[in-house]
Parts: sequence; C-alpha cells; structure tokens
Amino acid sequence: MSKIYQTASDAMAGLCKDGVTVMSGGFGLCGIPENLIAAMRDSGAKDLTVISNNAGVDGFGLGQLLETKQVKKMISSYVGENKEFERQYLGGELELEFNPQGTLAERIRAGGAGIPGFYTKTGVGTLIAEGKEHKDFPNSNGDVETFILETGLKADVTIIKAWKGDAEGNLIFKATARNFSPMMATAGTVTVAEVDEIVPVGSLDPNFIHTPGIFVQRIVQAKCEKRIEQRTVREG
Amino acid sequence: MALDKAGWTRDQMAARAAQELEDGFYVNLGIGIPTLVANHIPDGINVTLQSENGMLGMGPFPTEDEVDADLINAGKQTITTLPKSSFFDSATSFAMIRGGHIDLSILGAMEVSENGDIANWMIPGKMVKGMGGAMDLVAGVKRCIALFDHTNKRGESKFIKACTLPLTGQNCIHMVVTDLGVFDRKSGQARFRLRELAPGIDLEEVRSKTEADVIWS
Repeated sequence: MSKIYQTASDAMAGLCKDGVTVMSGGFGLCGIPENLIAAMRDSGAKDLTVISNNAGVDGFGLGQLLETKQVKKMISSYVGENKEFERQYLGGELELEFNPQGTLAERIRAGGAGIPGFYTKTGVGTLIAEGKEHKDFPNSNGDVETFILETGLKADVTIIKAWKGDAEGNLIFKATARNFSPMMATAGTVTVAEVDEIVPVGSLDPNFIHTPGIFVQRIVQAKCEKRIEQRTVREG
Repeated sequence: MALDKAGWTRDQMAARAAQELEDGFYVNLGIGIPTLVANHIPDGINVTLQSENGMLGMGPFPTEDEVDADLINAGKQTITTLPKSSFFDSATSFAMIRGGHIDLSILGAMEVSENGDIANWMIPGKMVKGMGGAMDLVAGVKRCIALFDHTNKRGESKFIKACTLPLTGQNCIHMVVTDLGVFDRKSGQARFRLRELAPGIDLEEVRSKTEADVIWS
C-alpha cells in the first residue's frame, strides 16, 4: 500500500470530519502545511479542535479556517498575529486554551509516546496552574519545589510540512521549519505530511532522518508559498 | 526647545543589559527591546543565542539574497546561521529551557513586582496574545533579567508592589533594567537593591516613579 498521494485534497480524503481534533505543525507561518490546511478548509469540516502553536495570520494558514468559522477551539501558545482570532475570542465565538510553548511541545511529545501526564514547573502560580494537580519534588539543592501536572495530547489527524520525504514516510525538515512537526507526527492517529520534494526510497541517509516513516501514513508533494511574516534584512 | 530626554534610550537599555553577558553563556533574548541586546555583546565575550523555535547559534539578519523563509527567529524575523549553529525540534528546544541549560534570559515586561513576579502575556478583556515561551523561560532559565520602560504611558510605575495583570511567573526575576536604572537582588528571598542610575536621573526621580519597595542605598 503506497503512502504517496497525488494532491493535498486526495491526501486528506476521509479525514476531514466534523468535530475532529487536528494537530497542525509550524511556528508562525514557518513550516505550516499550507496545502493541507487549504484542503481542510475546502472540505467544509466544522467544529474542529485545532492544536497549533499559532493561529496563522488573517487570511493565511490557519487564519483561513478561522474566517470560515470551522474552528470551535484552539490550543495554542501565541495568537498575537491574528486580528480575526482576537475578535472571535473576545466576542465569545471561539474557545481558546493557552498552553506555554514548552508545555505544549512536551504535551504533544508525551501524547505520541504513550505518556499520559508529566509534572512541570512552568506556569506554577499563574492562571495556567488553576485546577491542576500540584506536587512537591526536591530539587538538586535539596529544596522542595512545586510542580503542576500536565497531560499528554493526541489528535485524530496531524498535518505537517517537511522538506524531503520518501514513499516509506521518512521525513527530513529544513532549518527552523521543523519546530513542532516531529512530535505532532507521533501524536496523530493519522499523520499526513506535505513535502517540498518526494525522493526515491534509499536516497535519504538513515543517519539524518528526523521523522521515521512509522509515524507518517500519507505523504504528498506540494508547492508552498512560504510567506514571510517579518522580512528583516541587513545591508549586503 | 526640545531637551534631550534624561535616562537611557531603548538601545542604551539593551547595551546595559548586555554587560551582564559572560563568556560561554547560552542566552535567550525575548522579542522587542531584548532583541537589541545582540547588537551590544561586549568584545571578547563569546555567547550563543538560542531561539526557542528551534535554533542555537543565531546569526545576523540576512542580506536580501540570503533571505530564507524556513529560517526565522522566535520573533518571526528572517535570520542566518553561523558555523556553530544547530537546528532542533520544539521539545528539544524547551528541554534546553526547562531543563536549566540556558544561562540567561532577557525579556520584556508589562509589570514586575518587588518579589520578582513578572506579567507580560495578557491584559484581561483587551489583549490576547499568549505567553509563547515566556512562562517556560522564567520557570527554567538560571537567571532572568526584565528589561522595560520604568513607567507606562500615563506615567505610572511598572515596577510595583504586586502585579495586577495575570502572572507569567512567580519570584523569577533577578535583575531589572529600565530607562531609569538597574536593580538586582542576590537570591529569590532577597529584596531588590538599586545598583545604578541612568545618566541624568537622580535618586528622587526614581524613588518617585517606583512603587516597589526596594533598598535605595
């Protein structure tokens, strides 16, 4: 059975159901699965719970799913670049669960690794800690410190973007476009990867595979716009 | 006639914070004024900048020809690599931060309290941006410096007795650098002490603009 699909909408076929939980890779607009997000929008699936560090920008990336009101709830760490998000949230139209970025990454890692929960110092004494179990552990100085319990996260569908992939689903990522995608690949019941380039099996050096193929069920080659949020340059 | 404003500019605040860098440090710089610290690393001090979206050894901004959409910092600005650079995923990045491997974090603040609490991620009912990596940084990094304007637009102190905004972290700030001066403290139990005044600023002015109970001598 081949993992390769010809188009983004083929690769998402049967996965875009109302009410599903979707993990979407990327940091800001860097490393987002542009074509798979667009396929999700075109499917019309609604009441989605979307787990993603950010919410795209107005009209691009996950911002597209917000405009069409397909998202019921976001789990994110930072949404400051998206006015429509802010408007829907402050207007009570959208649920939002803020997670500290490291807690979010670790919850996804844990979910994918079969770990139901873990204790962390991040967020102790803040709104994030409210309603969560607190537990004391000694630190290396012998002092007692308080930690909170955070739970692992899983998704029905994970959509990610990689640089190169093969028919086995092995992936490598480019530069800082890697971010959340390797953990998200492990935490999705079905993981779909869009890649800049599908290469022949055997051409990727096994020493340098970032995501082994076992975590990837579907793969599609697609052209990304790769929009830049803050083009910052120095004089050549 | 416009008079020169007394105190430090944003760039001078960043330069002052940069004096806290030590050779061999791994450092995370927050968005805004803290980013400017990278322009003021003292000669002979070799530090490695971490960007929490997944990079160690952050290089300068690219030339027009070098711009790569896949290579950005945590402020979403395009950047470049250095020979020593490495890339990694977000869980590894926050293992560096939460695991206590980063020596120094310099971050912006809306409020800092006299017991070292910091608030910098939301204004209830008004601004919803989120904490990003800030809660992880203040909980996990060995030493945290808050860099911010001493007062808000209405002239009210931002270095106060107790934070009024939702906290980013408790008892985690070790040094405060503002446009008016520098305050630091030895440990999580100690009070802040005024360490230096910015040029043109006298003690009476700082005292009148500081709500926090600090040691003035």
